[in-house]
Amino acid sequence: MREAISQSRRLDGRDLDEMRPLEIELGIIGKADGSSRVKLGNSEVVAGVKVETGEPFEGLENKGALILSAEVLPTASPHIEPGPPDEETIELARVVDRGVRESEMVDLDKLALIPGKVVYTIFVDCSIINYDGNLFDASSYAVVSALMSSKLPVFEVQDGEAVVNTGKKMDPPLTTIPVSITAVKIGDSVILDPTAEEEACMDARITITTNSEGKFAALQKGSTGSFTIDQIKRAAEIARIKGEEVRTKIKELTNNGH
Amino acid sequence: MVQTRSLIDEQGLRTDGRTIDELRNVKIQVGMVKNADGSAYIEFGKNRIIAAVYGPREVHPKHMAQPDRCVLRCRYHMSPFSTDTRKNPAPSRREVEISKVMREALEPALMLEDYPRAAIDVFVEVLQADGGSRCAGITAASVALADAGINMRDIVPACAAGKVDGKIVLDINDVEDKEGSADMPLAYMPHLERVTLLQLDGILNQEEFNECLDKALQGCKMIYEIQRKALIQKYFGDEQELKEES
Repeated sequence: MREAISQSRRLDGRDLDEMRPLEIELGIIGKADGSSRVKLGNSEVVAGVKVETGEPFEGLENKGALILSAEVLPTASPHIEPGPPDEETIELARVVDRGVRESEMVDLDKLALIPGKVVYTIFVDCSIINYDGNLFDASSYAVVSALMSSKLPVFEVQDGEAVVNTGKKMDPPLTTIPVSITAVKIGDSVILDPTAEEEACMDARITITTNSEGKFAALQKGSTGSFTIDQIKRAAEIARIKGEEVRTKIKELTNNGH
Repeated sequence: MVQTRSLIDEQGLRTDGRTIDELRNVKIQVGMVKNADGSAYIEFGKNRIIAAVYGPREVHPKHMAQPDRCVLRCRYHMSPFSTDTRKNPAPSRREVEISKVMREALEPALMLEDYPRAAIDVFVEVLQADGGSRCAGITAASVALADAGINMRDIVPACAAGKVDGKIVLDINDVEDKEGSADMPLAYMPHLERVTLLQLDGILNQEEFNECLDKALQGCKMIYEIQRKALIQKYFGDEQELKEES
């Protein structure tokens, strides 16, 4: 594989900077406030949004709370065992979270109910059903499309203290569409959207998230290898260009004009 | 259990428009998890469940291995977004119990003696829960086991019956489960004619008990046909199905 990649060939015939086909299905979980099923090649993720009220985070008393989790289900691959999330899964959830949080996709300032006491709490949970590499991007697209298609319950404050669910629904206050692009380095080549086989022989990984304006919002380097400064600059440029392509695709598939 | 409203109307129809002898819509799709050795996706009313099978494979930890037979392991788990209020992703006591009864429901159908020192893992993930998710899970898991090519004596359909508004009804849904007066899930091997799972929550007299059991059994037989068709569809395509029916 390393030899093929050094000659700019990949086992599945893609170009080095070519993503796998992206499929998004929305609203598959009726009990969730928003949901999506994303397939990136053979990697498959279901994300669900659940909205409740709760206490704000410390230091963020006037903002709604956004809590993102990921679980790689044991269905996803023969190598995964059930149990509490391991290091990699925690990194996955945190990287996806960082993209959504740092891009300020959800305007949390609009989601406080009683400042300091009660705020909207938005849970976005990802269940990874099948693993074939690049869970970062697959999960990130699942989270973003689930949020974009979500309808939040409208809570109201009565007499300054009681919070009631009015039974009405509203669009979530979204400001931008963050899109992550993950590249890995194998030998001296940098490839996009790695499969499981490619991840197994990668030297280093980088995930870069851009917002709708093409600005960088979050970044995470992973794995034990290293990048040169030039490789990172190039990866950043690719992340911006490819990110815009994926964003157009997500907008198209979710039919949403944000 | 408190009865708060009428669950069966004057025409004998239930909250979701079914008669007392009617199943919810059941749809099974075989082999949708690519990495698994066998898998099935089931839509059972509003239940959306994935079952994936890995194995027979090496046992870890090694001391669990049995010299004369294969170890069967099951995990029933609900996604956090599967219920009305978000479910904590850590396994609950309920999930642990269901995992156990599910394993015991499937085991009699498997020829575990054919795979000594190995393990078979069955993972059942509930993406959306409606009433009867354990039955739907067992139904899907046994199709996934067949899809994995595990030697089997029989397939295991599962279905519940229960008592709602004083009547014995087939295939209890979510509302009926919460507000009805009895719920009896049953798993049954149709060829060997053996019950592999039976539970009961609620109060039934002897007559009702027998009626409930018979009704759940009828449900299992209907579900068996759906399991069979789903497997034929995957391995022989539409053509075979048409031939068989003509």
